[in-house]
Amino acid sequence: MIQVFVFYLFAILVVASGVMTIGSRNPVHSVLWLILAFFNAAGLFLLIGAEFLAFLLVIVYVGAVAVLFLFVVMMLDVDFAELRAGIARYWPLGFGLAGILLAEIVLAVLAWNAGGLDTGRRPAEAAAEVSNIEALGQLLYTRYLFIFEAAGIVLLVAMVGAIVLTRRRRSDVRPQNVSSQVRRRPGEAIRNVQPPVGQGVEL
Amino acid sequence: MIGLGHYLAVGAILFVLGVLGIFLNRKNVIIILMAIELILLSVNINLVAFSAFLGDMTGQVFAMFVLTVAAAEAAIGLAILVIYFRNRGTIAVDDINQMRG
Repeated sequence: MIQVFVFYLFAILVVASGVMTIGSRNPVHSVLWLILAFFNAAGLFLLIGAEFLAFLLVIVYVGAVAVLFLFVVMMLDVDFAELRAGIARYWPLGFGLAGILLAEIVLAVLAWNAGGLDTGRRPAEAAAEVSNIEALGQLLYTRYLFIFEAAGIVLLVAMVGAIVLTRRRRSDVRPQNVSSQVRRRPGEAIRNVQPPVGQGVEL
Repeated sequence: MIGLGHYLAVGAILFVLGVLGIFLNRKNVIIILMAIELILLSVNINLVAFSAFLGDMTGQVFAMFVLTVAAAEAAIGLAILVIYFRNRGTIAVDDINQMRG
């Protein structure tokens, strides 16, 4: 009974936060609603027994992606009121397409409920005696090892790409030039002179 | 009792909300990126629900990969957004026609 209550709590909260995410006037509020949506989705995952993904959702999405969004929203000085001006023009098209999409999904679920599609053998049966994280790790490091490595490469490329895109060379500051510092030798930096008394040195 | 259909309904509603968000906030690319995150979250909910109710771990593995791709997409998208704002001083994306494409 408590599961039903918790499911409806999480489900209603995740849908409500989704609505507020796309409907908020202030993008900072949008990001905060998005974080609430992620938390509640993590609760849904936890309820169904996917603990590792729930933790991953909180750590990766809330800890990294949402904070990245928050940084960008706060860093950019944008007139958000002006950006919302066109919303009155777009809502008939938007709601129409959303309605069509929802009808299609409901149809698909109904068709799926009617049965008939034979899905065949299951590729990876969930073992009952091991924990969720253990089962996931065993699958991830054996059968899906190469896809796992590819996911790592995707993340690496994304990181390098983001750094390359946002790096800029500024002409008004003089950054440290490490290679010229390392190249400098004592012979060209120091001069030993023995000036005669009373004449001073020439610089 | 809570069945697969309940989870699929939540996923479907979130997906439609994401699409609606893209259409409603057509100028504000930050909200568009957040709507894409909502769509990917709904896909993850579907994958995990099927994985749990069919007793097959593959769905959760792929939900993890979806998570990875979503993180990479958000990073690249926000980087492009930052340099676009640096060049143009606005993030209104419905009139990007600099490249005449």
